[in-house]
Amino acid sequence: MRVNVQRQQGTCNIDVAFQSDENGITALFGPSGAGKSSIINMVAGLQKPDSGKIYICGRCLFDSECGVNLPPDKRNVGYVFQEGLLFPHLSVKGNLLYGRRLNQSSDHGIDFDQVVNLLGIPHLLSRKPKSLSGGEKQRVAFGRAVLSNPNILLMDEPLASLDDARKEEMLPFIKDLNTRFRIPILYVSHSFEEIRTLTNHIIKLAHGKIVEIAEA
Amino acid sequence: MLSPLSPLEADALLLSLKVAFWAVLCSLPLGVMLAWILARLDFPGKSLLDGLLHLPLVLPPVVIGYLLLVALGRNGLIGKILYENFGVSIAFTWKGAVAASAVMAFPLLVRTVRLSLDAVDAKLEMAARTLGAGPWRVFFTVTLPLSIPGIIAGMVLAFARSLGEFGATITFVSNIPGQTQTLPLALYTMTQVPNGEAAAMRLCLVAIAIALLALIGANWLGKCFARHFEG
Repeated sequence: MRVNVQRQQGTCNIDVAFQSDENGITALFGPSGAGKSSIINMVAGLQKPDSGKIYICGRCLFDSECGVNLPPDKRNVGYVFQEGLLFPHLSVKGNLLYGRRLNQSSDHGIDFDQVVNLLGIPHLLSRKPKSLSGGEKQRVAFGRAVLSNPNILLMDEPLASLDDARKEEMLPFIKDLNTRFRIPILYVSHSFEEIRTLTNHIIKLAHGKIVEIAEA
Repeated sequence: MLSPLSPLEADALLLSLKVAFWAVLCSLPLGVMLAWILARLDFPGKSLLDGLLHLPLVLPPVVIGYLLLVALGRNGLIGKILYENFGVSIAFTWKGAVAASAVMAFPLLVRTVRLSLDAVDAKLEMAARTLGAGPWRVFFTVTLPLSIPGIIAGMVLAFARSLGEFGATITFVSNIPGQTQTLPLALYTMTQVPNGEAAAMRLCLVAIAIALLALIGANWLGKCFARHFEG
């Protein structure tokens, strides 16, 4: 993964460049307003950089010099949002399969039953999102993103809406997703505790700039 | 007074239902499209489009009827082309009544659908995009299903408005019994002839009954969808 993007956002001028190895977890860490979410949104194609380049697994997603700007649905990213954003009109199973049907070309050997078992949600498949607890919703959101066969998983404060006990429970899942399915993860959080359990590759941000890249 | 409807009254009732049904059905695709454009896009001239769309709501219906006559009458701007090339003329036919009702009900339809589209979280659409769905698929698999309750409400409002349409209809297609005489026109006619009171009252009660049924039906459908989401 190679990211080098610039974007003027309100009064914050985002200008970052970083890269990471293909299978690990990379964390973007910093206070709110540091530009973490904007960077992850630019990788997903939900926001457009003013200039720069974004490459994932050697594939060009954005390059202002050659005028490449793939739409989000062509980027093959799995995005886990802070609020989960499950589709309320679909069952848990419908949610999990939504992206899977659309990305049958790429295959990372991710098995439906395996993911569902790993996340501990087989008993929820026929339920509607509204009847799930916060932790269950977020686990389904992880599953939905993973099952879309992404080249990278983007996670924007995926645990921020959960209480501490649930967070502790979820962290091993995230590590497992990464090691078992060998999908790189770009993880955004303002909680250093959370990040330190997940990875050694930490990029510290402030005011849209990188202040430190820790490789502990 | 509560004797069954006379053939003339029954004709008027059936015609009204037919006209309202087709008016809603024909304006629905365009209405949903425009509502989506107004809810999701920003472009120069948006307020002008919004204003034009609302004109039928604020103009006297007779003005709309007259404009329809000027545009779609046999000698009208568009009507002439239709008549000379295809031999079709909708002025003074039930299809003309459909056009009049559709135009008059259009703002209500678009307003209601737009409100329900505004209520769909745009971030859900983004989530669908990141999962590999293109803009059209997102619309049909996320936006549309989530705004169905609002679309139904809009259809009911438009249906009711079409049933009540009077001014534009009588101006554009006149008041021909059995052809363009809808329920409100028949009711009006009955108030203008001697001994028409009983017939007028019957039509009046029928109008109330249909409106109530439509509202109750819409309510029930709304509840069905709410239950579907809670599952």
